[in-house]
Amino acid sequence: MKQRSTRPRAASAAAATVWWLRLYVAGRTPKATEALANLKRICETRLPGRYRIEVVDLVKNPALATADQILALPTLVRKQPPPARKIIGDLSSERRVMAGLDLLTT
Amino acid sequence: MSKNTIQKRNSHSARLAKSPTGIAGLDEISEGGLPCGRPTLLCGSAGCGKTLLAMEFLVRGVTEFGERGVFVSFEESANELAENVQSLGFDLKKLVTQKKIFLDHVIIERSEIEETGDYNLEGLFIRLDYAVKQIGAKRVVLDTLEALFGGLSNEALIRAELRRLFRWLKVRKLTAIITGERGEKSLTRYGLEEYVADCVILLDHQVADQITTRRLRIVKYRGSLHGTNEYPFLITSQGFSVLPITSLGLNYPVSTRRLSTGNEELDGMLGGKGFFRGTSVLVTGTPGTGKTSIGTQLVDAACGRGERAIIFAYEESQEQIIRNQQSVGIDLRPWLRRGLLQIHAVRPTVYGIERHLVEMYDRTRNFSPHIVFMDPINNLSVTNKANELQTALIRLIDFFKERGITAVFTQLQPMGEPEAMVGVSSLMDTWLELRNEEDEGVFRRTLFIRKSRGMAHATQRREFKITARGVELESPIASPRRDGRKEFVTL
Repeated sequence: MKQRSTRPRAASAAAATVWWLRLYVAGRTPKATEALANLKRICETRLPGRYRIEVVDLVKNPALATADQILALPTLVRKQPPPARKIIGDLSSERRVMAGLDLLTT
Repeated sequence: MSKNTIQKRNSHSARLAKSPTGIAGLDEISEGGLPCGRPTLLCGSAGCGKTLLAMEFLVRGVTEFGERGVFVSFEESANELAENVQSLGFDLKKLVTQKKIFLDHVIIERSEIEETGDYNLEGLFIRLDYAVKQIGAKRVVLDTLEALFGGLSNEALIRAELRRLFRWLKVRKLTAIITGERGEKSLTRYGLEEYVADCVILLDHQVADQITTRRLRIVKYRGSLHGTNEYPFLITSQGFSVLPITSLGLNYPVSTRRLSTGNEELDGMLGGKGFFRGTSVLVTGTPGTGKTSIGTQLVDAACGRGERAIIFAYEESQEQIIRNQQSVGIDLRPWLRRGLLQIHAVRPTVYGIERHLVEMYDRTRNFSPHIVFMDPINNLSVTNKANELQTALIRLIDFFKERGITAVFTQLQPMGEPEAMVGVSSLMDTWLELRNEEDEGVFRRTLFIRKSRGMAHATQRREFKITARGVELESPIASPRRDGRKEFVTL
């Protein structure tokens, strides 16, 4: 008989995945800079070595706004692990970012 | 306000540029279309046709005026939109492939979105700007922006961004339609009218007696004249059709040519020559007085001269009409065969009066008849209010007169209520009144010309018979005519 995993499968999968986070901004505005700084700080504390941040500047690539249904800026999209999640705003509240990314359980 | 600004405003309004919509009737009542380079608010309750109207504005912009358009949909997907407008005969997918229309479906899922800290809606602006630049658009539709309020929680921020958006549209000189759902106390649920000050159009639909009537009203149009009434509109297989009550005024060509009634004696009563061509004729009477026979006789005579005629029948089927008229010596079949006559028999309750009107307009335009016979008009109003019938008739009469078509309408007079149709008769140029009068147990049919504008007509009530040879008039009941013309003597 197989030994049962001590941790729930979903959590272990999440723990193994590299988190792929995409931050949409419009130019290098103070708000965009702040959001990126906030995001980096949270990732360093919560997901050290397990995250990848991709910044998409819609001023340079406006066509990219449609695929992730971007309206508000800045918007953070959790591309991996699924399901996709969205957080809009300057990411100033760490607790709400974690809730939005579904990081609280990890 | 100083005198100077008033003058400035006036001179501005005189030159207010407009973008024609190409939508039948809407450009007439808006005196040329929507304000060019400005946003227009289109509001109405769910299902009243906002999206379709907005889409037709874009499609006609491309097909009729060479202006490309962007449709930002917050509700329906590109596929759904394409399917919906297919019913209007628009090939949206083709226009999208040809880069004449750009569709962007904006999805806001509140459940997927967490909000933290400050943000703006620059993403929407970027998408819109991208779309406009992609195809060089001049027209924009946002359907409906109010979805933003459901998708995001910061209402103050949305409002600030909306204000920015409308400025943005104006600066880029985009002619835009913004749709909004009807609110309970305001025109739109979230008060979009606060931001769009130039032009506001309201769509409405009411269901009465299980029949829907759609209406359109221009609530406001800054700096422009516009029709202020509620105009009925229809969504037909060719798109929207707004029906102005009368956009022509009373300036149609007037004919001095005459039209025989098909009955020599009746012509005699009408100044010896019959009706004026291009006028409207009302034939009223209680049940069984011979209204239909008088009308078909006229139609028969016209077809006999090689003229075209349409009968709109609301009581009898085509077969019934043919059979019944054969019994009075009128054979309509040869005219049908030769393509001189069309009979359209339809139950009036099938749809609302507006739909009937469009049907009549379409058939009349396609066939260009000399004579139109509608039998009877009461039935058009079975499910509608009396004043609706009157407005509908004004429009119809104008429509026929403008084309020089002689129109004959019968109206069933309810027993014992001879004055019931006064409102309608005032619209008519000629009014023939038929009666069944009881005389010592025998019913006698009588005919009386209540009025006939512009001619010296007989004033006696005349007895007539409907025989196998048609309508036959007998000698005057009252004192004989002073001119004592022979043909009035009993046959």
